[in-house]
Amino acid sequence: MKRIWKYINKYKWYYLIAILSMMIAMALDMFNPRLTKIIIDDVIVGGTTEILWKLLLALIGITLSRAILGYIKEYLFDIASSKIVKEIRKDLFDHIQTLSFSYFDGMNTGEILSRLSEDVDNVWHALGFGSMLFIEQMIYFIVATIMLFTLNWKIALLSLATMPLIAYLAVILEKQIGEVYEKISDQGALLNTTAQENVAGVRLVKAFARERYEIEKFLNQNKENYRLNVKQADIWAKYHPIIEFLSNAISILIITVGGLLVIKEDISIGTLVAANFYTSMLIWPMRMLGWLTNILGQCNASLKKIDKIFNEKPTIKNAENPITPKFVKGHIKFENVSLEYDGVKVLKNINIDAKPGSTIAIMGTTGSGKSSLVNLIPRFYDCTGGRILLDGIDIKDIDLNFLRNQISVVMQDVFLFSDTIEENIKFGVKDTENVDIVRVAKDAQVYDFVMEMKDGFNTIIGERGVGLSGGQKQRISIARALAKESKILILDDATSALDMETEYKIERAIENRNEITKFIIAHRISAVKNADEIIILENGEIVERGTHDELLKKKGKYYDTYFEQTKGLYTENKEVV
Amino acid sequence: MAKNTVRQDEKLNEIVKRDIIKRLYSYLKPYKFEVFQVLVLMGVVIGVNLLNPYFFRLGIDEYIANKDIKGLFLLGGLVILINIVSMICSRWRIKKMARITNNILVTIRHQLYEHIQKLSFEFFDNRPNGKIIARIIGDVNSLNNLFTSSVTNLIPDLVTLIAVVVIMISMNLKLALVSLVTLPFLLVFMFLVEVTCRKRWQLFRKKNSNMKGYIYENFSGIRVVQSFAAQDKTSRGFSEILAELNAAFIKAAKASDLFWPLVEISWGVGSVIVFWYGVKLLNTGEISVGLLVAFISYISMFWRPIMNLSNFYNNLITNMAAAERIFEIMDIKPDIEDKKCAKTMPKIKGNVVFRHVNFSYDDNEIVLKDINFSVKAGETIALVGPTGAGKTTIVNLIARFYDVDSGEVLIDGYNVSDVRLETLRSQMGIMLQDTFLFSGTIKENIRYGKLDATDEEIIKAAKAAYAHDFIMKLPNGYDTDINERGTRLSVGQRQLIAFARALLADPRILILDEATSSIDTHTERLVQKGIERLLKGRTSFVIAHRLSTIQNADRIFVIDDGRIKEMGNHDELMRMKGIYYNLFMSQFKFLDNKKAV
Repeated sequence: MKRIWKYINKYKWYYLIAILSMMIAMALDMFNPRLTKIIIDDVIVGGTTEILWKLLLALIGITLSRAILGYIKEYLFDIASSKIVKEIRKDLFDHIQTLSFSYFDGMNTGEILSRLSEDVDNVWHALGFGSMLFIEQMIYFIVATIMLFTLNWKIALLSLATMPLIAYLAVILEKQIGEVYEKISDQGALLNTTAQENVAGVRLVKAFARERYEIEKFLNQNKENYRLNVKQADIWAKYHPIIEFLSNAISILIITVGGLLVIKEDISIGTLVAANFYTSMLIWPMRMLGWLTNILGQCNASLKKIDKIFNEKPTIKNAENPITPKFVKGHIKFENVSLEYDGVKVLKNINIDAKPGSTIAIMGTTGSGKSSLVNLIPRFYDCTGGRILLDGIDIKDIDLNFLRNQISVVMQDVFLFSDTIEENIKFGVKDTENVDIVRVAKDAQVYDFVMEMKDGFNTIIGERGVGLSGGQKQRISIARALAKESKILILDDATSALDMETEYKIERAIENRNEITKFIIAHRISAVKNADEIIILENGEIVERGTHDELLKKKGKYYDTYFEQTKGLYTENKEVV
Repeated sequence: MAKNTVRQDEKLNEIVKRDIIKRLYSYLKPYKFEVFQVLVLMGVVIGVNLLNPYFFRLGIDEYIANKDIKGLFLLGGLVILINIVSMICSRWRIKKMARITNNILVTIRHQLYEHIQKLSFEFFDNRPNGKIIARIIGDVNSLNNLFTSSVTNLIPDLVTLIAVVVIMISMNLKLALVSLVTLPFLLVFMFLVEVTCRKRWQLFRKKNSNMKGYIYENFSGIRVVQSFAAQDKTSRGFSEILAELNAAFIKAAKASDLFWPLVEISWGVGSVIVFWYGVKLLNTGEISVGLLVAFISYISMFWRPIMNLSNFYNNLITNMAAAERIFEIMDIKPDIEDKKCAKTMPKIKGNVVFRHVNFSYDDNEIVLKDINFSVKAGETIALVGPTGAGKTTIVNLIARFYDVDSGEVLIDGYNVSDVRLETLRSQMGIMLQDTFLFSGTIKENIRYGKLDATDEEIIKAAKAAYAHDFIMKLPNGYDTDINERGTRLSVGQRQLIAFARALLADPRILILDEATSSIDTHTERLVQKGIERLLKGRTSFVIAHRLSTIQNADRIFVIDDGRIKEMGNHDELMRMKGIYYNLFMSQFKFLDNKKAV
């Protein structure tokens, strides 16, 4: 809640003017019955028709001003609340972006989507419609209470008799309904996630002909959603009618007990009639209290969810006085690096010295820790033991953005944005004017197939690059990394979907970049054999290292792989040559 | 249809307003009886609310004036009693209405989801995922108020309105007509505002959908964003999207907020006209003072329901855009559907025949040209060729992900387009280029291949896919939770799990589309052995780039430019010295350039 005030404070003028027009409109409203009364008493009954036009003009004046003021009020509330919500959304979005990989490992995109859209919408509802209603009813309540007290304090106390009970019920209602709303909000996130996975995995669903299962799965969650919403309605049904009853009871109290006072000649009958009029003004805000509590409960539940994200701190962040080196050579050194993840030792005692411009190739069985190793360089995760140095400086001391700007990563899991190919390639480029798209496209073997497309580089590709083959997607993501022109390049199994020839050409183009330090994870011998050092990982440990020739001589794991991959080739070769 | 990106507004086929309303109301129809009950309950509540002031006046005029304390408290007791009745009715009403509304929402969402499942890949490929989700969740949610308010406001207000008009006419026709004079103006203005409103709310919905698309895409790709340190860039992008969304909202609100003042003005001016005309009639002696006073008290009773109705109408217009977006999707006809007389595919033996198959995706570029082949049950076929040659397309046609333009695809003599899709695909094991895992445990993910599989079967499949060992090393073994797409696992591990999933399905035809690209050679060999053991005698199609993966195939199809250029086993093709030979030999230079030179 505190967080919200900060935003509201920024737009307080909108709210103040809106409230002011609201109050003027309310005050004008008070004249209406009086004017009507004069028309009836003096003009219709009394027959003084000559003042009629003045009165009617006044009525029209009041109506017009009320209409205009009402419009201003609603419009300002709309503007202020939408602007606040825009800022909350922006800040939440920016905040989530700062969180670390480990946060996203445990978070589904559907849930993030839910928080940023539905939950923020709930806050919006409360800030716009809710707060307008609240202020309006508060004013009515205060005016009516003051009026009642000036009339007669006994009557006034009487009219507030059920108020504590109503307030108490409202508090319980808020608590109970808030709990359900929290569940609804989580269920909404689940619905989002299920729908999102189904849509994202549609190929798999269809391949396994699991449409019916998926529909069933969604229907179950849909029903759970139904159950929760009905539960919310039931709580509402439990308290709201009581609150309504208690507010109606005020009038009954006034008439009976007040009537008693009149009979005992404690108060006049005129006072009672007037009191009855003001209590009717009092009853509305009390009834509305139920509604407001409902809106507030929902808003609070969502705010809690939002707050939880805001309170999430990035695990990987800058040191207190981060270093921003003037010049980077690209010397990467692993010193006794180890990594533990979920209690499992993923990497043990890794020592690597990658000189500027050198190429380090990493091979190893599935799950041996190859990706984990390279993920430490741009600090996607922090190592739990040892340290990694860039040009002799511990990377934890270097400004995070600066560090990541020095490194281009092509991940094994290709992700492209639904945008043009050109925009995708330029994604990491800061200086978009001076980037040679054609050159990187040629180097990454993207140019030819893109030029065959009708719209060339302006071709729009679908989300995650649907419409392109796996190999084409990989090549674009390589082009994207090359366009960034950084000192360190990491290819994490980035050529797996390419045919050998394409892979070879790309490797060549990369090798030619002498000023770049390269880390290459690959499965094919052809992709790693020219590296300055080849590292074989197994169970998080380096079990073999050396150049291609050295490793072949060793006749170890590398040799086995080499043999396996070239089996056919050698025999064929002998036959043919 | 052209692809839509997150920043572009969706194109929308406009549906006529009347049709939308009709369709919305068709959802209420099954609940006729319940709606009737709700209305009766509401009648009681409204009735009590109307009675209250009457009783109060009675109390003041009859009992207090006559100092009848006993009578006064008796009356008080009676009023409390009827208010308790009203309270109970109100409780029932809320409960009943909530069930009706939420049932309808479940139905709509379910129907929409069911329909989306039938749609072909094109539908999914052309829109960002976030935008599809926005329709299933957000747009359906926004219909929530509509149904509740249509029953609890529309009908009671209409009834009140008609009753008041009847009373007014019965009192004095001329006065009644005069008091209705501003109504046509109001309707015309409302109509004008409505047209604008509707367009603007449509735009707002589109922008809202853009926002969801953007959020979804940004956070699915957050690893890329962070690795490129591009947070500032995407943050700017999001700001732009938000600014557009906000502008669209304010524009819509500007028009929408006019509804209330319009009614307010009509009300005020309408009353003034009645006063003026009433006094005139009074002067001519046509009406009595009492009648005019009584008539005036009805004016606010006439305008209040109109105000409520206009609120409802405003609500309807605001949410119509959401309904429109839902129905638009429901109206898309699925490209690939079971024929009416579709047969059940019997147990597949595995003979696959392509006869003069031609195919193109967007009817511009022909992807497959006159493909002919015949595969015998049990054969392993490798598809080789450059990227974009049409390898994936061929296997897509076997599973009927797309329909051929001309020619036939036959499995055991059955044309794939004549059999029920589910019975066809459930017998195939298809491993796609892009491995997809669901959030959930590893066990659940493997079980996806066979929903009623026992734990033993799952472990057996995992062992065959060589996934068992690494799964057992995870903290919770098979019960380890993986999040969407399995981001915690390496791509190779994900592929192994996907393998286990495909094996568990015990497919009659196995299709591997670059399914082992991220698995190391050693593991790959082990996986292959597992497959051979488990799926002996099944037809399989393999697309791969590592030639060691391909060599052992019974036959190799060399695909280039949408045609099968060569066909035969490794030895035969090597002897042919054609494309395959060149492809194979050229690797030599990549592998060992010292020797090749």
